[in-house]
Amino acid sequence: MSNEWPLWEVFIRTKGGLSHRHAGSVRAPDAELALRHARDTYTRRLEGVSLWVVPSAQIVASDPHQAGPLFEPAESKIYRHPTFYHVPDNVKHI
Amino acid sequence: MYTTELQKQPSKPVAATEPQELIDAFEARVAADEFIEPKDWMPAAYRRTLVRQISQHAHSEIVGMLPEGNWIGRAPSLRRKAVLLAKVQDEGGHGLYLYAAAETLGTSREEMIEALHTGKAKYSTIFNYPTLTWADIGAIGWLVDGAAIMNQVPLQRTSYGPYARAMVRVCKEESFHQRQGYEIMMCMANGTPEQKEMAQDALDRWWWPSLMMFGPPDDESPNTAQSMRWRIKRDTNDELRQHFVDVTVPQAEFLGLKVPDPKLRFNEATGHYQFGEIDWAEFWNVVKGEGPVAKERMHDRVKAWDEGAWVRDAAAAHAAKQHSTRQAAE
Ligand SMILES: [Fe+2]
Ligand SMILES: [Fe+2]
Repeated sequence: MSNEWPLWEVFIRTKGGLSHRHAGSVRAPDAELALRHARDTYTRRLEGVSLWVVPSAQIVASDPHQAGPLFEPAESKIYRHPTFYHVPDNVKHI
Repeated sequence: MYTTELQKQPSKPVAATEPQELIDAFEARVAADEFIEPKDWMPAAYRRTLVRQISQHAHSEIVGMLPEGNWIGRAPSLRRKAVLLAKVQDEGGHGLYLYAAAETLGTSREEMIEALHTGKAKYSTIFNYPTLTWADIGAIGWLVDGAAIMNQVPLQRTSYGPYARAMVRVCKEESFHQRQGYEIMMCMANGTPEQKEMAQDALDRWWWPSLMMFGPPDDESPNTAQSMRWRIKRDTNDELRQHFVDVTVPQAEFLGLKVPDPKLRFNEATGHYQFGEIDWAEFWNVVKGEGPVAKERMHDRVKAWDEGAWVRDAAAAHAAKQHSTRQAAE
């Protein structure tokens, strides 16, 4: 039987005010060691001020083969962008 | 190179059983420089080639810690020791990023490590040469990491997303490796006559193996065309090797050291250096595991793994205990 440690996804907040961003993965037996491994593997040069680790098995991902039906409906809705609307030049602060 | 194809035979063509429209769509995406992600459809041969290339790259980083690691305790100053320790730690990190990238293709880390330890998997030939003096640590940083950078920079745009992202991280860290090596060489080349002699001796021994790192000549690399089309290789072995020679020879001149190649000369017409014949018989012997210290490297690697077993076991036992305590409390 495989006794390989579970996989964890690592997210780093690079500085205050920014959101956490995916950096990579580590293998670790538990959350505490996953954090320590993430720190040693991904933040040796002050890359972050905060770390998240999430068991990879817990991530629910959209199906890449369904990317069309999922995302294309937004393509035709250009009225969701401000540039869709014409405002005369002499109208200010809008 | 860490990623050099070390199989002499051409790899199997794309399996005929795969649906043509999927293959066409894949080839079109790759040709358009799109990134392929783990859950996307890909030809089995692409997956196989990548698993081999990325795991070999990972093994090279891991085995690469050994020749330098054995100098950490003998570094000539506290500063040099701290720097070398940091560099070796980076190489461990590179191995880990790459194992994780390979795992996204459906291979397991256990399988890869097992393949390395049993001698089934290859790693860069360069690490089967011994590090005899402190100057070798300088030569490795300067030449070996220099060659690795040349190979890795274009791989930041390789077609497989997780591999490309790992390479971006690796490349950010490599440039310090090369500079600290060159600094050691500058120090020794400008030191006592004995130190200068050590620096020259290190260059003499590492020059040709460094050129071999780029792999066999293009006309003996049967899989180059397919790997270039799939964007898992961005330049040919000979192109990278030439580029390496062109940038490195002036660096050696600056050090006042002599590149050990009587045929080396600058060709005004082409703007490139011409260099002598590489001993490919030596290269293939090292690939086959007959490098001067190949057995020692694998012995050390397996020993380190075995001696760490109790730590892994203790961590797993602790995790299991915490888990059952938590469940009992619920
Ligand atoms: Fe590296
Ligand atoms: Fe390096």
